[in-house]
Amino acid sequence: MKRREFIKNSGKVIALGSILPGFSISALAAHNSMSDMLAASANLNDNVLVMIQLNGGNDGLNTLIPLDQYSKLSLFRQNILIPESKLLKLNGKDATCLHPSMTGVQSLYNEGKVNFIQGVGYPNQNFSHFRSTDIWLSGSDADKVVPTGWMGRYLNYEFPNFPEGFPNNDMPDPLGIQIGAFVSPVFQGPIFPMAISISNDKDFYDIVNGTDTTVPNNAIGKELAYIREVKGQAQNFNQVIKTAAGKVTTQYTYPTGNKLADQLKIVAKLIKGGLKTKVYMVDLGGFDNHAGQVDTSDVTKGTHATLLKTLSDAIQAFQKDLEFLGIDDRVVGMTMSEFGRRIASNASLGTDHGSALPMMVFGKNVNSGILGANPNIPSASNPNDNLAMQYDFRSVYASILRDWFCVDTSSLQTILLNNYQQLPILKSGNCTSSIHEINQQAGLKWIDAFPNPFVDKLTIEYTTKGGHTMIQLFDTEGKLIETFVNESKLPGTYTYTYYPPYILKGVYYCRFQNESIQQVVTLISER
Amino acid sequence: MPIVSTKGLTAVSGVLDNKKAMYLLRRTLFGVSRSDITAFVGKNISDAVDELLIASPAPNPPVNHYNNTKPDANVAYGQTWVNAPFDLNLQGDRMFSFKSWLVGVMLTQNHSITEKMGLFFQNLLPVESDAVNDPRMLYRNYQMIRRNCLGNFKTLIKENTIDIAMLQYLNGDKNNKNAPDENYARELQELFTLGKGPNSKYTEDDVKQAAKALTGYQVDKNTLTYFFNSARHDTSNKTFSSFYNNTTITGKTGAQGEQELQELIDMIFQQQEVAKHFCRKLYKFFVYYEIDATIEANVITPLSQVFISNNWEIKPVLKALFMSEHFWDTENYGAHIKSPLDFMLGYMKEMEIALPSATSYESYYKVLFEPAKYAALIRQEVYNPPSVSGWEAYYQLPLYHENWINTDTITRRNQISAYLLFGYNVSGFRLQADVIEFTKKFTTPSDPNLLIDEALAFLHTIPATAPLKASLKTILLFNQTQDYYWTDAWNAYINDPTNASKKNTVSGLLSAFYKYIFDMAEYQLY
Repeated sequence: MKRREFIKNSGKVIALGSILPGFSISALAAHNSMSDMLAASANLNDNVLVMIQLNGGNDGLNTLIPLDQYSKLSLFRQNILIPESKLLKLNGKDATCLHPSMTGVQSLYNEGKVNFIQGVGYPNQNFSHFRSTDIWLSGSDADKVVPTGWMGRYLNYEFPNFPEGFPNNDMPDPLGIQIGAFVSPVFQGPIFPMAISISNDKDFYDIVNGTDTTVPNNAIGKELAYIREVKGQAQNFNQVIKTAAGKVTTQYTYPTGNKLADQLKIVAKLIKGGLKTKVYMVDLGGFDNHAGQVDTSDVTKGTHATLLKTLSDAIQAFQKDLEFLGIDDRVVGMTMSEFGRRIASNASLGTDHGSALPMMVFGKNVNSGILGANPNIPSASNPNDNLAMQYDFRSVYASILRDWFCVDTSSLQTILLNNYQQLPILKSGNCTSSIHEINQQAGLKWIDAFPNPFVDKLTIEYTTKGGHTMIQLFDTEGKLIETFVNESKLPGTYTYTYYPPYILKGVYYCRFQNESIQQVVTLISER
Repeated sequence: MPIVSTKGLTAVSGVLDNKKAMYLLRRTLFGVSRSDITAFVGKNISDAVDELLIASPAPNPPVNHYNNTKPDANVAYGQTWVNAPFDLNLQGDRMFSFKSWLVGVMLTQNHSITEKMGLFFQNLLPVESDAVNDPRMLYRNYQMIRRNCLGNFKTLIKENTIDIAMLQYLNGDKNNKNAPDENYARELQELFTLGKGPNSKYTEDDVKQAAKALTGYQVDKNTLTYFFNSARHDTSNKTFSSFYNNTTITGKTGAQGEQELQELIDMIFQQQEVAKHFCRKLYKFFVYYEIDATIEANVITPLSQVFISNNWEIKPVLKALFMSEHFWDTENYGAHIKSPLDFMLGYMKEMEIALPSATSYESYYKVLFEPAKYAALIRQEVYNPPSVSGWEAYYQLPLYHENWINTDTITRRNQISAYLLFGYNVSGFRLQADVIEFTKKFTTPSDPNLLIDEALAFLHTIPATAPLKASLKTILLFNQTQDYYWTDAWNAYINDPTNASKKNTVSGLLSAFYKYIFDMAEYQLY
């Protein structure tokens, strides 16, 4: 047997049996074809959200420029202010323009695929990157520390028992994917991160392309390569990611040398490849431009211009790719940053930490336009002045959860820890049905059977929510061996004792069904 | 096939630097804390090895921790049950106690190789708790192993033969003149002493003859001792094959029948193969699993000579191995896959995870059951190897140690490190790595580059690559580019340690940072 095959096979061992008193491991049969066959399928809506985090605090006033405030802006940020003639126009908007390097977003806006939300922030702005990022990611108030992320809470609402019982037939894929080295706190659930991270560097391409990372030619290298290979095959989703990525061979052309485009290209590939993952997060760092935000010779160039071009080009290519792949109906994107910058620039051609800033939501299903008014720049400003908050960032979250992921109003309050205003960011009609129950039940133990392996007696313990309840025993080929229970039951926990006939030996599946819930346990008979 | 070194047993000299101290301690203990390393850095290698080879004193026996949920009529809370009458109703609780205790002994060991040798012999001379489910017997078995594991191998094999748990496990107690049971006699030769190497040429008849010599031993379940029942002993002469030079053990009657055990062991230990088999086992356990002709010639053969010339004393063999150029060849550093117990206990040691007071019996034992449980989940349950051959990873071709790692166990290893990083409550005690306290002990935690270097040097044995360091830096810097993002966050916390938000920032970044290090393949090697 080839080494590779051996590894593959050794991973498929089904571990059964008690190992310590009071403790047992369950069958590792999550991806078993038979349990897949027996599992019912659910149809959660297949909408996807892509979050783009702009680390460092983006200068909103030089991104979405309020033309009607131009003269006042020139009083306070003359050294970085883009000449009026260079600004990009938005269809139907006379008083609001884009930074000249954002031609990509300009054309998306003009095609009706962008919604800007003006002045997004929160009360009592915190000016620390870390803390303010925490607030944006957790969705907490400025004076509260919340250890979970808002997206983690949403995914926990949708899949409350994760990771127990996952992956399963209804959700065979990661709930969320972070492109990058580590999982953003935005995905932190009550106990576990609800997402996985895949690195956008060589590691990821190794997974996608099946190439081995170079290792030294000795025992160390041998073991390193072995463990990496097993890790690659492990069910922490690398295989499904690889498979999904492998299905997509042609994509729209993305700009090269664009860090964000590289990440979004992977995201598009995975969505098109069939992953049921609900949320992706990518990021673009470097927005903390205290100095040198613009070039001394040309304010339309410089660090910030480069970043905005990177952002804009990447988003445009991504949207074009979604259309090219025919999945633009299912995807919306959203930018976020921990804060905007001050109204007044500083002497080193930069801006210091500020407060509110515009957010951008893009996609086929957004309500095109600009929510909120241009920020009002005071005529006399001191260096510490900031923009007023128009919308709470959590209102944006709430609107996306409601209108994109179809979360009902009372659950919204639980997820976002408060009741927030709803905004018409997305077109209506995205939420025709919402089936949460099946996902929410995955991971609960509805049925247990012991001892396992069994010989001459099997005790089945099951819990029904009431109503029609059925328990059946199948062999590995799907043949029905016995029907133990098939009747309407009152809610409660019951036991059923089975004395198997002498013919029974080998692996069996015991399937529990109660209304829309189903669960399968793997049994071994040693009779 | 890559091998780790072609060097032999020539002794090295010199003192331990940081890297060497970590290497030596990780191979001989279950993981190391930074204070363990500090204690050894600068020591002469020879002195360090000598210190590690000093046997630990016997630990206090396991106690009743379960009384609050299941009262024990014979044993008070906090008192040991090892001499109490058998109680079927409490057997599971006592087994829980035994396993928690054993893992606790491994975890809280001093700087001695004793408990690692204890595991070596749990594997070489195994008893399965699934088969011998009386924890009092298992406790006595481990006492026997601990007593001899740095002593004389021949003595150990003799004591093992009449150990009550072993008598029960391999049916020695059923072996009598009317119905000889060959189980122990076979494993004694095939697994425990001679092995199955090409030069191990004992015959099927030798197994039968040895079984006859071993008839008559029984277990007194009241006193928990063995006894020799001469009425069940086969008094005929036992004649062995040419492999054993046609040796005859003269059959003896009465109490003298018991002498045949010593004669049998003397005969087996005439074979040099016993020493080679033992040295191969030792090599695979402590160094690496591949033994080619070069290693056989340069390491195994001379090591076996050390064993024989020292009359089967184990310490001189260990000393020769741990002093050898072969052991210290840097090609070895990081080539050994962590066993589940190495992984689990090593993690807890490295992260200095706090335990409840040892006299808070209930919570102490329940907390220690967690690592016992996790090690079992990743396929190494203490005192319960899958068979008489021990754990597969120590013998099963061609993967050997690679057997520890499959798609299930690697996923679980990563989950377990996350469980303990994020923490949870066990019996009212918070079981969690304190990432901030852990980080404080590095030289300059506020410097992200230094922190990355030092954390990797401590937690990974294989030198870190530049891309790995870069990835880790993006975590600490929160995806920003300048070092001061981390420095500011750390200093902000240090200057205001009671501020929940500042603490949360730092502990969040550090948890992600360490999780990344633990999830890498490199963390599985030492």
